[in-house]
Amino acid sequence: MSQGGLVSGGTAPAVGGTRQATLVVALFAALIAALLWSVTAGRYPVPIDHVLAILAARIAEVSPVWSPTERIVVEVVRLPRVLTAAAAGAGLSLSGAVLQGLFRNPLVGPQTIGAASGAALGGVTAILFLDFGLSVQFGAFAGAALALAAVLAIHRSDGLSPVLTLVLAGVVVSAFCGALVGLVTYVADPETKLPGVVFWLLGSFASATWPKLGLVVGCTALAGIVMLGMRWRVNVLALGDEEARTLGVDPVRDRLVLLAAACLAISAQVAVSGTIGWVGLVIPNLARMIVGADHRRLLPVAALMGATFLVIADTLARDLTPAEIPVGIVTAIVGTPVFAYLLRRNAAGAA
Amino acid sequence: MIALRDVGHSFQPSRWLFRRLSLAPAQSQITAILGPNGTGKTTLLRVLCGTLAPREGERIGSDAVGYVPQALAADQGLTALDMVLLGRSRFLGRFEAPARRDTARAQECLDEVGLSSIAGQRYDRLSGGQRQLVLLARALASDPATLVLDEPTSALDLANQGVVLRLMGRLSRERRLSILFTTHHPEHALAVAHRALLLFPDGIHVEGPAETVVDETNLARMYGVPVRRVALTGEDPSAFAIVPLHHLRKTSAAATFAGVPE
Repeated sequence: MSQGGLVSGGTAPAVGGTRQATLVVALFAALIAALLWSVTAGRYPVPIDHVLAILAARIAEVSPVWSPTERIVVEVVRLPRVLTAAAAGAGLSLSGAVLQGLFRNPLVGPQTIGAASGAALGGVTAILFLDFGLSVQFGAFAGAALALAAVLAIHRSDGLSPVLTLVLAGVVVSAFCGALVGLVTYVADPETKLPGVVFWLLGSFASATWPKLGLVVGCTALAGIVMLGMRWRVNVLALGDEEARTLGVDPVRDRLVLLAAACLAISAQVAVSGTIGWVGLVIPNLARMIVGADHRRLLPVAALMGATFLVIADTLARDLTPAEIPVGIVTAIVGTPVFAYLLRRNAAGAA
Repeated sequence: MIALRDVGHSFQPSRWLFRRLSLAPAQSQITAILGPNGTGKTTLLRVLCGTLAPREGERIGSDAVGYVPQALAADQGLTALDMVLLGRSRFLGRFEAPARRDTARAQECLDEVGLSSIAGQRYDRLSGGQRQLVLLARALASDPATLVLDEPTSALDLANQGVVLRLMGRLSRERRLSILFTTHHPEHALAVAHRALLLFPDGIHVEGPAETVVDETNLARMYGVPVRRVALTGEDPSAFAIVPLHHLRKTSAAATFAGVPE
């Protein structure tokens, strides 16, 4: 267990059952608040009472207090967008937390382990040879799974410093996928395909629609049910294969199921909104500081925090400046300092 | 109950760690496994637990084996109770989390090792002795018929060594567990074990009643160092010490350590 020091959990004491329930309720309330704020905010502000009335009108008879434009802004533009951001954030963060547990390494995330770049490569390839739509989701999933398989293959060949080689293998695979993405954009027809490819790669929730929302919610929910359902198994697998076996659990198959679920959630996010970094790496670490390393508590908290964080980040991305900044820049600006802090903390812990 | 029949294992093609090794540990019986570093003690434990398939021979029986690793690992940041709860995993389905009855059983096991008071503390903040006991409770939580411990006393101070050895004795008597443990302390083997298995560096092994096989000749052959068993006079007439004759000399003439004069 040479890497034991790295996987030390948060400094917070373990949280009791009632405190955990309170925390989950509070985080859920925060997510709802963030969603509502996000729907009201923007270059065309919609008052909160109008938003609530428009939402209520979907399920009950409400006399319209809103203008037709407000209704279109809320229902067609903003609602699918903020809900997509929430689903993507939850999926990324949940996957990150599961990957960190499985690899017993807090520096692992959808991006550092190459899955996100694999998904991007799969996505652009699908756009190039087929078209947008479901094929992008399939391409992204295949790409993420292949990238993860490649990282594991490289990783296995070195037993010296497992924590670092895993991250370095991720860097290598990401770079390779990045090069292939460059090749695809280079050969893409500049008249028909290239604009779509480039726009998709930039990463944004601006193109969110109800059908795309359905896709990302469906995939994330399926992956989420598997990962949250196996939260105790993640605890067992986080002890390492040998110990898992002595506890009567076969680690190989369980890990495969969890990795497939993580790939599904990550590729669903990449398929609807391109690569968005740092969420799946940083949020699980923050969640671990709050609730400790027990995945029964960590996974739901990480999912809720990830959803809230990405909704807020996306709202800032579209409202801070007159022209929208890519949301990936906002998550990186918040994520990199936190990551640097985690690196320092881990270095201190390992010493 | 589990048993080994004619097992042999090697990691390199021609270098057998042990061969034709048979073990049939009985209920309420404690077996000590001794051998120098690298003779395959831990490998043998893995075969006993069923996590490693031997190259030769077979492991018989499919009963649950509770395994207690050396108390080195301090990952995770789980509480002591959660750590023990992990022992319930074999009873839980893939999508199942521990229920209230599992928590109750885990708490019982913590009580059994005398650590009820630290259930909520983080495992990685515990002392080495407490960690060893928590791991023992975790093995008990899987309701095993056989308990396998890898050098349970090696990381512990003298007092805690006694705590763990006494606990092993009590578990074998009261819960009728078959217990197997590896150790580098021959006196621990003689103190608690009924049977002993000695693994020699040349791949040979000897198994028999602890009192018979753990003697000066076998120990000397095993470790390549002359060994004396010395009776200690005083309060406890049955007390003895096993002393290796290293013939060490400090460079300073003032102090010498030669064990017992030959």
